[in-house]
Amino acid sequence: MKISRLFKTILMIDFLGGLLIALKEFFKPKKTINYPFEKGKISPRFRGEHALRRYPNGEERCIACKLCEAVCPAQAITIESTQREDGSRKTTRYDIDMMKCIYCGLCEESCPVDAIVQGPNFEFSTETREELYYTKKKLLDNGDRWENILDANIRADSSHR
Amino acid sequence: MEYISIVFEEVYKILFLLVPVLVSVAMIVWLDRRIWAFVQKRQGPNVVGPFGLLQSLADALKYIFKEMIIPSSSNKLIFILAPIVTMTLALIAWAVIPFGATQVLADINVGILYLFAVSSLGVYGIIMGGWASNSKYPFLGAIRSAAQMVSYEVSIGVIIINVLLCVGSLNLNDIVTAQQSMWFVIPLFPMFVIFFISALAETNRPPFDLPEAEAELVAGYQTEYSGMMYAMFWLGEYANILLMCAMGAILFLGGWLSPLEVFPFTLIPGAIWLILKILLLFFLFALVKAIVPRYRYDQLMRLGWKVFLPFSLIWVVLTASYLFYFNLLPVN
Repeated sequence: MKISRLFKTILMIDFLGGLLIALKEFFKPKKTINYPFEKGKISPRFRGEHALRRYPNGEERCIACKLCEAVCPAQAITIESTQREDGSRKTTRYDIDMMKCIYCGLCEESCPVDAIVQGPNFEFSTETREELYYTKKKLLDNGDRWENILDANIRADSSHR
Repeated sequence: MEYISIVFEEVYKILFLLVPVLVSVAMIVWLDRRIWAFVQKRQGPNVVGPFGLLQSLADALKYIFKEMIIPSSSNKLIFILAPIVTMTLALIAWAVIPFGATQVLADINVGILYLFAVSSLGVYGIIMGGWASNSKYPFLGAIRSAAQMVSYEVSIGVIIINVLLCVGSLNLNDIVTAQQSMWFVIPLFPMFVIFFISALAETNRPPFDLPEAEAELVAGYQTEYSGMMYAMFWLGEYANILLMCAMGAILFLGGWLSPLEVFPFTLIPGAIWLILKILLLFFLFALVKAIVPRYRYDQLMRLGWKVFLPFSLIWVVLTASYLFYFNLLPVN
């Protein structure tokens, strides 16, 4: 037993085996992707950047029920509302502090009208903190920009809700 | 006037050698990272330039524009001198490397001694860097590095004696031409293996990268360095690795000789063959980096002093007696 072990050490059998494995792995296809140029697949439930959606006629979905504000565990959402002339309650302010947000998705789940949603975008880094205090305007812009994907994602996920 | 023209000619020759060496050092850094990544099934640097070839240049540019921080408690002169020494020593050794029968900058008759001396001096850059930083991690790293390089130099020296016994000359070109009939890697194969492992230790490559063991010593002797000085350490290190590969190629793999003296091979110039052999050795260097864990310090010392040194000494006796018995000793 000891002799064979000695021979193994002297002839560096284990090392050569390792070298062979390394050579084999060298020529195998790579497991990583070229990130900025190609991206991994994202689930419809992915909880990325927030967006406020509109109805197809352009009316905001949000009814200022403040359920999201109440449920938010990080207290990242601030809502102020008022009654509009036509009697409907709408938000005058809808702020999300993206640095407080923990991306748990509870706001999205609590929303009765699918107004606040988390989209597939995860590349919204900024150079200043101020840019990460999202206002209502920014969130609505996001909603307009991602509406097609957001709609498709909600449809894809609706059967599981 | 005549004097100036001679100086210009020499400078031209030196630049003709140094520029390709520096460029290939940059390329070799890229190659190292790429091979390492490929073994781990990653892509490696592939964005800057074709296949990411310009990655090292981009890195160098970044280092140039970074701030050089000199610690207030350091010995400033030595602190600045250390990377310069490392880099210079790594580069001047290339003067004696033969790229062909006549393509050598300084065809001195003690070429291998010069190489050995210069690569031994390399430890001074590291010691100076570690000492002048006046900080505990660089100091520990420098001490480790000095002990390690000195230990493995001994066995490299004995291995070189093995080769010299078969050649009978210290001139690098003679060493290459002596391998015309058979590369020394065949009769001296165990010595080649030990040389390779010692070269890993000599250049502080894994599994012997204790001087910069990041888990214990932050970055070893480079901890306090930043900006261009760090880049010079880094360039010097890779130039040293390349030099060790070149040394291995010349001592054991027939230098600029083509593997077979037949038609299609002899068309390719000797310099290309030498570069191919250096690349082959470097490929092994990079593969080893990807597969081995780091040695413990006592294991490293044991391997150097208790295994390699006695073994190569015994091999010297064996080679000498074999050559003597069969009357093969080269006599000039």
